[in-house]
Amino acid sequence: MSGAVRDGRPEAAMSGISTTGNTTVGTFAPPSRRNTELAMLVFAVLVPVLAYANAGLAKHDELPAGMAGYGLGLAAIAGVAHLVVRRWAPYADPLMLPLATLLNGLGLVLIWRLDQEPSVTTDSLGGALAPGQLMWSGLGVVLFLGVLIFLKDHRILQRYTYISMLVAMVLLVSPLFFGEVNGARIWVRIPGVGTLQPGEFAKIVIAVFFAGYLMVKRDALALASRRFLGLHWPRGRDLGPILMVWAVSLMILVFETDLGMSLLFFGVFVVMLYVATERTSWIVFGLLLSATGAIAVAGINAHVGERVDNWLDPLALAPNGGVKESAQVMYSFGSGGMLGTGLGQGYSWLIGGIATKSDYILATVGEELGLVGMMAVLMLYGLLIERGLRTALAARDPFGKLLAIGLTGTFALQVFVVAGGVTGLIPLTGMTMPFLAQGGSSVIANWALIALLLRISDTARRPAPSPSNPTDAEQTQVVRP
Amino acid sequence: MNKPMRRVAVFCGLLILALLLRVNWVQFVQAEELQTDPNNKRVDIARYANPRGDIIVEDEPITGSEETDGALFKYRRTYTDGPMWAPVTGFASQAFGTSLLEGVYDSILTGDDDRLFFSRTIDMLTGKDRTGGSVVTTLNADAQRAAWEAMGDKTGAVAAIDPRTGAILALVSKPSYDPSSFAGLSNEDGEAWNALQKENDPDEPMLNRALRETYPPGSTFKVVTAAAALEDGSIVDDVDEETDYPEPYLLPQTDGQELDNQIKGKCEEASIREALMWSCNTVFAGLSDDLRNEKMIEAAEKFGFNEELFVPVRALASAYPEADRPQNAMAGIGQASVQATPLQMAMVAAAVANNGTLMEPYMVDQLVAPNLNVVEQHKESEFSQAMSPETAQALQSAMESVVEDGTGGNARIDGVRVGGKTGTAQHGEDNSGLPYAWFISYAITDDESPVAVAVVVEDGSNERDQISGGGLAAPIAKAVMEAVLQSEN
Repeated sequence: MSGAVRDGRPEAAMSGISTTGNTTVGTFAPPSRRNTELAMLVFAVLVPVLAYANAGLAKHDELPAGMAGYGLGLAAIAGVAHLVVRRWAPYADPLMLPLATLLNGLGLVLIWRLDQEPSVTTDSLGGALAPGQLMWSGLGVVLFLGVLIFLKDHRILQRYTYISMLVAMVLLVSPLFFGEVNGARIWVRIPGVGTLQPGEFAKIVIAVFFAGYLMVKRDALALASRRFLGLHWPRGRDLGPILMVWAVSLMILVFETDLGMSLLFFGVFVVMLYVATERTSWIVFGLLLSATGAIAVAGINAHVGERVDNWLDPLALAPNGGVKESAQVMYSFGSGGMLGTGLGQGYSWLIGGIATKSDYILATVGEELGLVGMMAVLMLYGLLIERGLRTALAARDPFGKLLAIGLTGTFALQVFVVAGGVTGLIPLTGMTMPFLAQGGSSVIANWALIALLLRISDTARRPAPSPSNPTDAEQTQVVRP
Repeated sequence: MNKPMRRVAVFCGLLILALLLRVNWVQFVQAEELQTDPNNKRVDIARYANPRGDIIVEDEPITGSEETDGALFKYRRTYTDGPMWAPVTGFASQAFGTSLLEGVYDSILTGDDDRLFFSRTIDMLTGKDRTGGSVVTTLNADAQRAAWEAMGDKTGAVAAIDPRTGAILALVSKPSYDPSSFAGLSNEDGEAWNALQKENDPDEPMLNRALRETYPPGSTFKVVTAAAALEDGSIVDDVDEETDYPEPYLLPQTDGQELDNQIKGKCEEASIREALMWSCNTVFAGLSDDLRNEKMIEAAEKFGFNEELFVPVRALASAYPEADRPQNAMAGIGQASVQATPLQMAMVAAAVANNGTLMEPYMVDQLVAPNLNVVEQHKESEFSQAMSPETAQALQSAMESVVEDGTGGNARIDGVRVGGKTGTAQHGEDNSGLPYAWFISYAITDDESPVAVAVVVEDGSNERDQISGGGLAAPIAKAVMEAVLQSEN
């Protein structure tokens, strides 16, 4: 029996001690699942490469010239990432890396495919964006590796709770000093480098701050409460921080007109508060606050009001009689139908402008890969979120739990807000689809996010240091049938 | 913390579920609607992805398709003699949609029609590009050209029909436009289109005056009044029977408002024949009043008034409305609120020429699939018996007198029975506008009439006295009739 453990079939051993409950720290190494990850990565690289070939054949009747380079590049990125995970986070979740690789790879193919349409690839729109995106993806993976190699334990981040708050505030406020782009101030222009979307990084830093803050304060927030209308209401003095976060999110909305970021910011806070305190009243309170804020701002701000109008009637014509973006997006989805036109054969570029490759990238998925492709992509995101939630559940320390739920919640909300906005389920908010959409900041930040989740899951599943007398336990196992 | 966390997990699951339901709604339930939305450019992209079928006049296509190097549309519509045929073909523009025949038979021309399913499937199986079917019209190229040239630079319209079948032989509207000038998507096309719009060109070149504009028909309407009176028989029952209307005529129920004639001294107690020859307002106003509004409406409707026509392009409804006595009396001479399209007045002449039987007008004979199978064949049908053959023959003789000895002398053709009626229609507030010159006529050879025609000229002359149906419109009608007679032989 002990031999079974050593030759790599620890499942049998695990089931042997199941009576003691799965929260017990076993003395046996759980399966590292690194080989599963490797097998999945092969698919995650193969699928985008085939998609690339497909798009090239459809557009130019020949395999794209850069295909070998692209395939090898993606394989190299995935391979290096895998090796680093194997070495520095051996017990990490096996699905997150392949899922991120697959989404990132598909995103590159979609951007390359849209680069082939002259009307959305003019010089004023930045020309072909796929090469740049490939570079940013590479940078993202470098950051991913950096986090895994240098952050030995996520609990180190706990030390930086209040510094995180400061950094987050600076990141959130910085776009105010730069100009408006497409009706929203979410960009920071750095000469020589290009534009940066600090909000994408802020969402990670904020999760760190919330996790650290709530871990300390959760007992006070949870226990000191008043009962009213069947719910536990927070004390006035505990309301301070939540009202402050609410005010900041409203400020983002009003001054930066960034509906999505403000929703994300506040939504994640409410979710983490709820998880930390286990009090439903916080959710009710949070929803009330966000509804008040949203309605008030939608009334005042023309940009937000316009988005609501576009949501209510996406097909309405613009005042000058032209077809609006919101309508073009709906036409894209509708024309894709069940199976889609096939990669490279749709007209999603009629949406026009740079947003075709970023905010509206899902429209290309919908038109060219059809309902089937859309559902598959949404399921990929769903799966990634599920792995994140699983990590949160499995984490053993409260900080890790809160950080994992915060990062996953951010990711889930962002997916919902973007996909819901593009498909017309909710008003459009102008955020980018993680990994899929064009945008350097987004892809880099999301790789870092995945790295953090992997680090937490590695810590969660890593076997504890051996108890003093492991041989006794083994002997106990032997007599079991 | 695990309990709330599980709830958060359920919530995240619900978010994903909501997204999945939403994409199913958009891409499955709403898909068809979104795919065919007229603002969805993909509809036009598909329309111009292959050469469009042709519209055919006498075995010759008057349309074509040329390959372009545009990013969106592979083919662009071209037209032979575009301005001349524009009132027939309409336009098929990548930017501005379709109209008239191009619009009505869009699905045949693109090959999308359900009836072309078989040929489409064969094309698909044999790997051929999809081709469109063609639309075979009834138009007569010679007659169309004769009308087009005879109209010159005047503003107005010509409509000609074969009274025996109802086939439309000519449809001309001036000024016209070239539909190829804005068939594409470029800035030039946009500018050409804008220049043709009403606000930039008060002459409205894109208005199809033959089908889509109504005019007061003036004296040409007296043929309808005459037919109504003869059919009724209670006031007069013969074209040569004297009537008892004075000159000038006092309009009923007015304070002695008088109605006079253009040509004086010939109309007192004139017979219908004489009244037609000298276009007597007094006689026909009297007849209309004595017949009363109801009977006049009934008679007009037998000729097609008060009804939209589809030939199969939609033609505006001509109107003979309910009116009080003085208005009805004025309506009897084609003034007041009577309105008619040139096609309607050609139908009036055709009904007389075809011994009272009015045939349903039509301009498309066949729809032909790309494999030359006939998909649809027009069957001639009677629109109405507008009057008895006896009445029709009596009116023929009277209308022929108009051409032989009366106001319509300019339409005379040697060796052919030609009947006609002139008209000079007053319009505008207090009749301030320059009058419209009208002429309707038909030609009969061997007891059969191959052509009836209506001509209206809006701006024949700047001087009021120079404007007359006989002077301005009759020569144009004559040119059209001659062209048809020649092509008959």
